[in-house]
Amino acid sequence: MDFSFTEELQQLEDTVRRFVAKDYTFERRRAILASAEGWSREAWQQIADLGLLALNVPEAHGGLGGGPVDTLVVMNALGPGLPLEPYLASAVAATALLRDCPAQAGLMEKMAAGERIAVIADAEPHGVATLCRAAGTDFLLDGRKCVVAHAATADLLIVSAHLGDDLALFLVPRDAPGLALDSYPTLDGTHASEVRLDGVRLPAAARLEADGDALERALHIGLAALCAEAVGIMKATLDTTVDYLRTRRQFGQPIGRLQALQHRAADMLMHYEQAKSMSYLAAMRCTAQDARERRRALAAAKVTVNRAARFIGQQAVQLHGGMGMTDELIVSHWFKRLTAIELACGDSDTHLQHFIEASAYV
Amino acid sequence: MNLDFTDAENAFRAEVRAFVREQLPQAIRDKVANGLHLARKEHLQWQRLLFERGCWNCPGWPKAFGGPGWSPVEQYIFEEECALGGAPRLVPFGSKMVAPVIMQFGSPWQQQRFLPKILAAEEWWCQGYSEPGAGSDLASLRTRAVKKGDRYVVNGQKTWNTLGQHADWIFCLVRTDPEAKAQRGISFLLIDMKSPGITVRPILTLDGAHEVNEIWFEDVAVPAENLVGEENKGWTCAKFLLGFERSNIAGIGIAKRELARLKKIAAAETKHGKPLIGDPLFAARVAEIEIELMALEITNLRVLSAEAENKAPGPEASILKVKGTELQQAISELVLQAVGPYALPFGGAAPGPAHAANRAAQYLNLRKLSIYGGSNEIQKNIVAQMILEL
Ligand SMILES: Cc1cc2nc3c(=O)[nH]c(=O)nc-3n(C[C@H](O)[C@H](O)[C@H](O)COP(=O)(O)OP(=O)(O)OC[C@H]3O[C@@H](n4cnc5c(N)ncnc54)[C@H](O)[C@@H]3O)c2cc1C
Repeated sequence: MDFSFTEELQQLEDTVRRFVAKDYTFERRRAILASAEGWSREAWQQIADLGLLALNVPEAHGGLGGGPVDTLVVMNALGPGLPLEPYLASAVAATALLRDCPAQAGLMEKMAAGERIAVIADAEPHGVATLCRAAGTDFLLDGRKCVVAHAATADLLIVSAHLGDDLALFLVPRDAPGLALDSYPTLDGTHASEVRLDGVRLPAAARLEADGDALERALHIGLAALCAEAVGIMKATLDTTVDYLRTRRQFGQPIGRLQALQHRAADMLMHYEQAKSMSYLAAMRCTAQDARERRRALAAAKVTVNRAARFIGQQAVQLHGGMGMTDELIVSHWFKRLTAIELACGDSDTHLQHFIEASAYV
Repeated sequence: MNLDFTDAENAFRAEVRAFVREQLPQAIRDKVANGLHLARKEHLQWQRLLFERGCWNCPGWPKAFGGPGWSPVEQYIFEEECALGGAPRLVPFGSKMVAPVIMQFGSPWQQQRFLPKILAAEEWWCQGYSEPGAGSDLASLRTRAVKKGDRYVVNGQKTWNTLGQHADWIFCLVRTDPEAKAQRGISFLLIDMKSPGITVRPILTLDGAHEVNEIWFEDVAVPAENLVGEENKGWTCAKFLLGFERSNIAGIGIAKRELARLKKIAAAETKHGKPLIGDPLFAARVAEIEIELMALEITNLRVLSAEAENKAPGPEASILKVKGTELQQAISELVLQAVGPYALPFGGAAPGPAHAANRAAQYLNLRKLSIYGGSNEIQKNIVAQMILEL
């Protein structure tokens, strides 16, 4: 049992915190948000220069060979900056999947350098229905993926599709003929897309070596990172709210002297600590071999994080009063990201159900 | 970062588990399983078995005082395994409360007189803090101790005294300087329950049990050598004491055991002809609790490992107390719901299934968890003021 972080990890955290404080300020983010692209290639390059895009790439392919704990530390620190760039989607989740594909070493090297962005396009409204047919040595893809975060930013989409009885994964260039994106902003300031695949023709080499199990593992690694991101945002939200309680005065005293608000803040802290504990569990178990143990831990983590994200986010707005409602304060932006996280990768009920299934109640 | 116990810790866990399985008397295990109160001799029987095994009845004691010298994590494992094996919670007042105070502040004579008898489970202690007028606001206590030569004469009333009917000794907070403000005029006194002038009266609680008492002191003479630490510095002892029983404050083992019981009951009960545990609504309620418990277990271990790194036990324990007691209460609520109408028969009648007997009394009794040991509201005050510095 050891809850400490090595010196290297602490340095990694410092690096990311410094980046956010200096180079990814709320003002800069606001400017990026207002830009046509809605994300910044320059910031992406800065993140690459810090080595963060190489973090999860194996050493053999020019990466740093990091794992979920490194990612936890990075996401904790990066979260409060509310990056508009696809760090989690590309450098964590997609990279985790490509690690299982030796043939994609070259692509991973490019991703580590910030030259390529890849995101997983898996989710569909009613489970994966996208179909793949063989056409000679090529494959043809037909289907539709929904609310794919950062799809318009990506150079490559990793698309899941049924091929006979298998779930197959394909690397699809974003500009492939037959692939159309319908993109829109989401409540947290990022963009997502509806992805339509109409007879997208792919060479045999576009099929990844990874299978459905590998996809689930990669999504679990992404989910653990999402939990860590949420925990980082919750901490910032809590600290900022407690500061406000100390400084905002009404009735001749700081509002933090009012017991009703003290107890609310105590409840926020308890939610935070519980979520933090479960983000550790998620990081430690997201690579577990035993799929049931992994599913159970990740589901439990997401439920806990979701509950905490909602409570802390809502109460931060409430305790800031009118100021909490403004776009001007970062608090409302944290709240929006926390809300997006709650809905992403499975809401609370979905994960509660996963947990019950994995726990074999009956 | 590593969430797993070490091999040595796992071996230790196996050792405790085997001991509880083999040595816990079945009659006691049955009573605990049914939420029944143990008799004095049953408590002592279990404590002495633990004592003979290697002073396990005093899990927090350092080797220097004859204890097992366990780390906080080992203590945690010990408590968890005892609970999972169906053992009763150790009565804390002697080994976990007054003993650390005597170790820290007591005179050599006090240490020699009292500690061996606590260790050997020969003397039963109870706690005399609360008074009718002094609950959460403990420092407003009024029980008076007046120094007369080589003794104190004590007058006043204590209340909510747990299992005082069994006790040989009571440790009390008493007022020695009525002029001094609040905390400052209070002293920590050890009093023989057989002293003339002490009257113990039972208080019946809502579950029909006799677990607590009021204790009256009328001109009770207490040798001055029974004062722990300095006169008027008793608050220091009281605060120090609050730092203990941290390894088990969340009651993780108990919650796990009761959750397992809940699932068993819900598997046996049916709804629309199917096991209740398969009902999605009920299963969701159980799962919510199970998930919170998973989180609390890790939070607890985080607090313990901070403690092991010699950071003093801090106000984080308040978080463990609030969440732990909420969970135990939530489980008892669901047990009641699972049992359904057969939870209603009360006071001995048990016409329903065996698992239904006494569940209502247990539910009622556990309401105490959020009141005693610093109510959950007081704990939140501590979290807000000590951790968040509001
Ligand atoms: C079963 C049981 C066993 C006990 N065993 C012992 C024992 O062995 N020895 C012993 O000395 N004592 C014992 N106690 C007493 C226990 O410590 C007190 O009940 C507790 O400290 C609360 O005090 P009170 O009952 O006077 O309630 P009060 O202090 O009057 O509190 C009433 C309500 O007001 C709330 N409240 C009070 N002050 C505040 C505040 N500042 N902010 C917010 N809310 C507040 C409380 O949380 C509670 O909800 C026991 C109690 C019970 C129920």
